[in-house]
Amino acid sequence: MHGAGPLTGSRSFVSRLRDGDEIVRLITFVFAASVVLVTLLLVYELWIGSSLPRHKFGFHFFVTSVWDPIADQFGALPFIYGTLVTAAISLILAVPLGIGAAIFLAELAPARVSDVLQFFIDLLAAVPSVIYGVLGVFIVIPVMRQYVQPALKNTLGFLPLFQGPAYGVGFFTAGIVLAIMVIPYIISVSREVLLSVPRDQREAALALGATRWESTWKVVVPFARAGIMGSIFLALARALGETMAVTMVIGNTPTISTSLFSPGYSIAAVIANEFTEATGDLYLQSLIELGLVLFLLTFILNGLARLLIVATSQRGSGMGQA
Amino acid sequence: MKRIAGLLTAVLVLASAGIVWADNPLSINGAGATFPYPMYSKWFDDYHKKNSNVQINYQSIGSGGGIKQVTEGTVDFGASDGPMNDDQLKAFKDKHGFGILHFPTVLGADIPTYNIPGVTAELNFTPEALGGIFLGKITKWNDPAIASANPGVKLPANDIVVVHRSDGSGTTYIWTDYLSKVSDEWKNKVGKGASVNWPVGLGGKGNEGVAGLIKQTPNAFGYIELIYAIQNNMPYGKVKNSSGAFIKADLASVTAAAAGAAKDMPSDFRVSITNAPGKTAYPISSFTWLLIPEKFSDANKRDAIKGFVSWMLTDGQNSAEALSYAKLPKEVVVKEKQALTQVQ
Amino acid sequence: MSPRLRWRKFVSGFMLTMTGVCAVVAVVVLFFILGYLVYHGSTSINWNFFTKLPAPLGETGGGMANAIVGSGKLLLLAALIGVPVGFLGAIYLAEFSGTTVAFIVRYAADLLNGVPSIVIGIFAYILAVLPFKHFSTLAGGLALGLMMIPITLRSTEEFLRAVPRNLREGAMALGASKATTIATVIVPAAYRGILTAVLLAFARVAGETAPLLFTALGNRYWSPGWNQPTSSLPVMIYNYALSPYEDWHRQAWAAGLVLLGLILVINILARAILSRGVAVPRS
Repeated sequence: MHGAGPLTGSRSFVSRLRDGDEIVRLITFVFAASVVLVTLLLVYELWIGSSLPRHKFGFHFFVTSVWDPIADQFGALPFIYGTLVTAAISLILAVPLGIGAAIFLAELAPARVSDVLQFFIDLLAAVPSVIYGVLGVFIVIPVMRQYVQPALKNTLGFLPLFQGPAYGVGFFTAGIVLAIMVIPYIISVSREVLLSVPRDQREAALALGATRWESTWKVVVPFARAGIMGSIFLALARALGETMAVTMVIGNTPTISTSLFSPGYSIAAVIANEFTEATGDLYLQSLIELGLVLFLLTFILNGLARLLIVATSQRGSGMGQA
Repeated sequence: MKRIAGLLTAVLVLASAGIVWADNPLSINGAGATFPYPMYSKWFDDYHKKNSNVQINYQSIGSGGGIKQVTEGTVDFGASDGPMNDDQLKAFKDKHGFGILHFPTVLGADIPTYNIPGVTAELNFTPEALGGIFLGKITKWNDPAIASANPGVKLPANDIVVVHRSDGSGTTYIWTDYLSKVSDEWKNKVGKGASVNWPVGLGGKGNEGVAGLIKQTPNAFGYIELIYAIQNNMPYGKVKNSSGAFIKADLASVTAAAAGAAKDMPSDFRVSITNAPGKTAYPISSFTWLLIPEKFSDANKRDAIKGFVSWMLTDGQNSAEALSYAKLPKEVVVKEKQALTQVQ
Repeated sequence: MSPRLRWRKFVSGFMLTMTGVCAVVAVVVLFFILGYLVYHGSTSINWNFFTKLPAPLGETGGGMANAIVGSGKLLLLAALIGVPVGFLGAIYLAEFSGTTVAFIVRYAADLLNGVPSIVIGIFAYILAVLPFKHFSTLAGGLALGLMMIPITLRSTEEFLRAVPRNLREGAMALGASKATTIATVIVPAAYRGILTAVLLAFARVAGETAPLLFTALGNRYWSPGWNQPTSSLPVMIYNYALSPYEDWHRQAWAAGLVLLGLILVINILARAILSRGVAVPRS
């Protein structure tokens, strides 16, 4: 007998089955569950696949800087350092630029212009990373080597940051390429968040005599602060995991150096270069352990990002009571 | 929904048709050294033209990759310019239950190449200079260790940008094997291998990557296989051999390096000819090997590979010299033909 | 006007102009990238590129025909894995699940989405290359498909949820079962959004290189079937760009242009479809 009402709670199992509801529910459940299973399997494989170095090196893995396949000594420090330094450089460059552009698009630009520019910026996000790498190799590296690095050395060379030979490749170049790659994320999310700030906030500030800038910077942006932070974390997670563009411009040398011009290495780059040829279980598993470290880093950051973005939208709906 | 499903099915059918229509050739996969890649890519191409039903797909991922993947069994054969060591041979045997054989294919040379602004001359390098540069102790081009061997050449006071391989490389094996023989400090500090803990330098991927990096970076210095320097018009220097002469790498000097080894070739063909004796021998020469398992479960693949190796030992050798690889000595060819019968 | 006010007004004008500069810089960078690629790529694209197989090292005249087909096959496989899982999983989340299960599934999807592509490559190597002792198109397609799943899942779920309640309730009031409602009312209403989601996921994985490095490996010839290594555009770009050969550089530009063109077209198409209209409630 057919169910009487739209809400299925009161129908019998058999009648639900006959209607095909239960089958559809089961099938879709299986697919949804498979997502969870795959993710769990991924973490499991990474964990199991790195058991040798975890037992052999333990915590030392994170503080040793020797990477010697012949002596079977593996330390993750140069790669963690390179990953963090390039990500930091990219954020230092991308965040001010990105937030500035987002403010312009959300507050100042006419809606049409804002939408069109946003469209183009979204296209920037769609460019494959290997193309950024190619452009890095053919444009950024020569420019760095011939103009930027010598100029920085001449002006700011007393800082340890800008010492050392100007190869063109290195931390700084990788940071710049990464900055270009993550700017679109910062702009898109920040613009969304800024646009969602209620009008009355701005108007209240202006009514009290604030200039346009003061209203933006001192009222609107703080209101959207959590969301903007979220966008930064998202950008950071992207920068940490980026492989191709980095390995083509970083110099592929496991070095820790205070100089930004020094060649270096990142976790993703060393995995890409050495994975297919790592003979010996300890070598291969050390690379997998690096993958696990990278996974954990991005996991934590993504989690923080989402919390922050959610916090903004909740605040947005909660506040506004005068 | 239905339209999407229909479209998808149509595409799938077409794609599968595309696969069925092509007469399925026998596909053999190999991976390994970039050192002989120009030779191998020509050989496999020529062989495919002669035997269109056999397709040998060779990926140059570096000797380390070749050894690793053939041991894992993900490729049908490997290629390396550093012979597998005893541990690696044992690992293969433990995993598969049978052994793996080395088959020399050609002779090549690691040459020191450089990109010094204003210097087009052929530089002379002593073993001490090479060791010192790669150990990071000699840092400028006009260092006496280099300048003393090159009177008459004006070397700038620029910093040397050392370039090495970032991937596991037989080319690196040959280079570090040579340095270990001529420099005790190198032997103790770094050692020889396909991937070493480099004291200095930038990493490039493959012979192609290193050549590319050197070409684009002023004051760069690195080691690549001879043909890569020739194909890219890069200057390369002479190296002082064990008899004291500065020798440039070419067919004659590489062949001279192999002359001694040819007579005493061990049955497994694993031999090092770096720093070989002989007045005209080029000191950083090497054989390069195909790594072929002793047993194949697929008879077609086995026959195809054996067919290729036989062709390589006879017709194939004739195209080696055009690419600046030296032919195998006759005695070695004879021994290899015999060894080929061991592949079942 | 007091001096202090003058100063504040000046700061305001200045800072706001700076934000404009930032926006201009961002857009200029994009146009520069596109322009450079178009310039170098279009001068290198020729008939050979689309029809010939790669030539032996050092010889000119080769092309990337097998890479184009290889990328096509990989993306087809990726779609076959990513789309059904994402689509059907999203239906479960939007229509059937309770809040705890939904939370877990969404969390897992977000986790999967955040995994760096090189780590997905490791995962696919362990799952699909080692056990079969083969690099293959299948393994590459699996890696890309895994990356498509979270994007398709989350976006489809959003669009399904956006379908207004009254449409659902209307269908059920007429006696339709849940399954029928989904199939005949909800999904068609969200159809545009779902298509957009699939297209965007597609565009995202089309340019991925890292996961293919140790799954599909590479191939100098046509790759027969699904079990052999295959060439692909992103990997070819990577290999050719790092080489010292001028001819290979030119081919890398051409491939870059083709790849970027494909991705941009997909993106623009997706947006066009979406903006034509998602279901709008008529009250």
